[in-house]
Amino acid sequence: MSVFDGLKYRKVSSPIHDLDPRIKFFYVCAIFVGAILFWTILPLLILFAIQIPFVLLAGVKREWLRSLRGTIFLAAIIFLTNLIVRYFASGGALLVTDLEFAAAMTLRFIVLVGSFSVFFLTTSPDHLGLALERTRMPYEFSFAFTTAVRFVPVLAEEAQTIMDAQKARGLELEKGNFLKRIRNYIPVLVPLIVSAIRRSLELAEAMESRAWGATKKRTNLYILRLKQGDFILFVITIVILMVTVYVRIYIDVPGLSQFLSGVS
Amino acid sequence: MVIIETKNLSYTYPGGTKPSLNDVSIKIKAGEFALITGSSGSRKTTICRCFNGLIPHFYKGELEGEIRVADKDTTKHPTFEMAKEVGLVFQNPENQLFALSIEKDVAFGLENLGVPREKMRQRVDWALKLAGIYDLRERSPHEISGGQQQRVAIAAVLAMQPKIIVLDEPTSFLDPLSAKKIFEVIHDLNRKLGITVVLVEHRLDLTAKYADHIIIMDKGRVCQDGNPRTILGAESTRLIGVGIPKATLLFQMLAKDGLKLGSVVPLSSDEIAQSLLEAIKPHD
Amino acid sequence: MIEVQDVGFTYPSGVEALRGVAFTVNNGEFIAIMGQNGAGKTTLVKHFNGLLKPSIGRVLVDGIETKKTSVASLAKKVGFVFQNPDHQLFSETVEEEIAFALKNFGFEEETIKKRVTWALSFLELKKYRKTSPFMLSGGERKRVALASVLAWNPEILILDEPTIGQDYKQKEKLRQFILQMQTQEKTIVIVTHDVEFVAECNPRVLLMTEGRIVADGQGKNILANPEVLAKSSVVPPQVVQIFSRLNELELPKNVIDLYEAKDLLLKKLEKRLR
Repeated sequence: MSVFDGLKYRKVSSPIHDLDPRIKFFYVCAIFVGAILFWTILPLLILFAIQIPFVLLAGVKREWLRSLRGTIFLAAIIFLTNLIVRYFASGGALLVTDLEFAAAMTLRFIVLVGSFSVFFLTTSPDHLGLALERTRMPYEFSFAFTTAVRFVPVLAEEAQTIMDAQKARGLELEKGNFLKRIRNYIPVLVPLIVSAIRRSLELAEAMESRAWGATKKRTNLYILRLKQGDFILFVITIVILMVTVYVRIYIDVPGLSQFLSGVS
Repeated sequence: MVIIETKNLSYTYPGGTKPSLNDVSIKIKAGEFALITGSSGSRKTTICRCFNGLIPHFYKGELEGEIRVADKDTTKHPTFEMAKEVGLVFQNPENQLFALSIEKDVAFGLENLGVPREKMRQRVDWALKLAGIYDLRERSPHEISGGQQQRVAIAAVLAMQPKIIVLDEPTSFLDPLSAKKIFEVIHDLNRKLGITVVLVEHRLDLTAKYADHIIIMDKGRVCQDGNPRTILGAESTRLIGVGIPKATLLFQMLAKDGLKLGSVVPLSSDEIAQSLLEAIKPHD
Repeated sequence: MIEVQDVGFTYPSGVEALRGVAFTVNNGEFIAIMGQNGAGKTTLVKHFNGLLKPSIGRVLVDGIETKKTSVASLAKKVGFVFQNPDHQLFSETVEEEIAFALKNFGFEEETIKKRVTWALSFLELKKYRKTSPFMLSGGERKRVALASVLAWNPEILILDEPTIGQDYKQKEKLRQFILQMQTQEKTIVIVTHDVEFVAECNPRVLLMTEGRIVADGQGKNILANPEVLAKSSVVPPQVVQIFSRLNELELPKNVIDLYEAKDLLLKKLEKRLR
């Protein structure tokens, strides 16, 4: 659950929250590209560090750290898999570079999660839907997106109620072997699905009643306008992108072990 | 002026064997506060769906007879066109809010109609204020109570400036105090703006006093139609199993035991208390 | 018997839903827990069958602390009918739906058959034995949900908002049902904000506000006390509203029943009118 906590938007105002979602998304993509380009730990550490002022400025430190903590399990799996693969690939010997490689891969994952988490923590889903609309995607898609976001907490609560109702009738979800446990969830899933279907019908009815599909030229209460901060972030992002590409092509980044031995 | 009129309206849902509405003929006048009531399964919701053309456009099925709402034949005008004339508010507040902020939700219908942004902002703010939720406009729907959600739904149809608002048991999920507030908002809309209100409800204790007109349904038919005082005061109505207001019941019980409290049938506790006080006055 | 001893409960989100709640539900009692939405009513009753465990204090069901046992074993004693039947119906037939809990509790095949038949006839659902619960009307689905809990014959029955969406006749049936359960000395706890329904039944009333119990006593004493009700945003029943406007008649203060009100008014007015 905690990974998702890191994606939960909370309405606050900060210079980062006020930025245009399209530019923010561009920034996240730049970080993403950077993380994909490098296989060594140093540049990844720098990419990770770049995000910290961003997070602090947005005032979402706690939520951000929580989402990173949520990645621990997956990060550990990535680290161990890389280590094991390397170990067998090199015929049973483990070198410092292998350790460094596994660490770099894990850090790459953390950088990705971290940047996306910042994006979702500071972007209202409403604005995101608006940005989607602006990309000339059909309105139905952005509507489906915002409605889905709207109903996630409702469905989560409903699932909990259903589980409680069935437990009150003696259902023990954790009982039995693997197959039995999967079967245990049928009494939870059926009501959840039936109720979701019923809910979607009621939603459709309410949408129809509020003139859904009246005109192709739909208007919108909100509008996205680029502001000064958006231009600044745009320039920063371009710089990040150029530097990473330049470094990747023209500079041979030393591994941490080489770097350390070079220093001493 | 009659604003809603059905003549011999009968309707069968797709795949249904029995008609859900059976020969329904009613007239509701412009500016009226009409109350439709009846036990579960009396098909109150079905008749609501006819008023803005959800039946037959959305539900299909077989519709016979005539229906005219705001001078339009609902079978010939799509629901999005009827939406400008008739606003529908449903039972479950949760399932009629789609957006992530209150004001965006209230704007939804206007956005669909392509209303320009400046005008939309004005109308949204106007509707929010009338429903008494202007201060909540930036909240998300799950940060507010069920009663507030239902007021958002009312504001959302109000923003489209319809002539008629139809509410299908809007308070059945709410506590009595929130319900009372909803009814007060509706009553205000009716009285101050002259909007025709059609309220489907079985809590007559709270609503009968607002009504100018009551229609009682039973198994898809209209079985009583007329003035609330006459109908709720009649012995035959009690036998249909409608929840008659306690004040009216008390009036009937006193009359049966020989204590007549005037000719006006009371519909609320205020009214019966008034008649009781008047009954003792001349003898003081 | 349920003993609630200074219970406090805080949700993981940090919301403090119960504070210092203490009372005892005796065997055979009929209790209505009232208060506004969000007052903590449902949170409280979820402690009775262990769905929630207190953050502070203890809840004892027949002397067993809920923290030290499972929901499944408590559920056998404490039947819990949820507000919305659609949150529990999932079987292909009504019969299977009712048998579900009995199987979970490990009853014998023969006993299950007998109990299902009993529950079906008790709630007038016999003709729907082989029908899918999803084909039934709202009121019927509510009865199936009730039957599926009654089937294992729990000593204590909790009904969460049983009157929501119910019409006048259905409410009257529910009242008859509760009276019948009372004669069998079952303990009944209902969570409700239907003040008229409570006025008709006159049970013991627990009034809650912001996670606390602010009043505990016989229905007629609490529902006829407008000051206490106002504090927890409960609207007084109609009879009380009427009587509160008739101060000069010097009527007794604790009347919530319509028939009692009528008799009192007749007596008073006959004297005055003569």
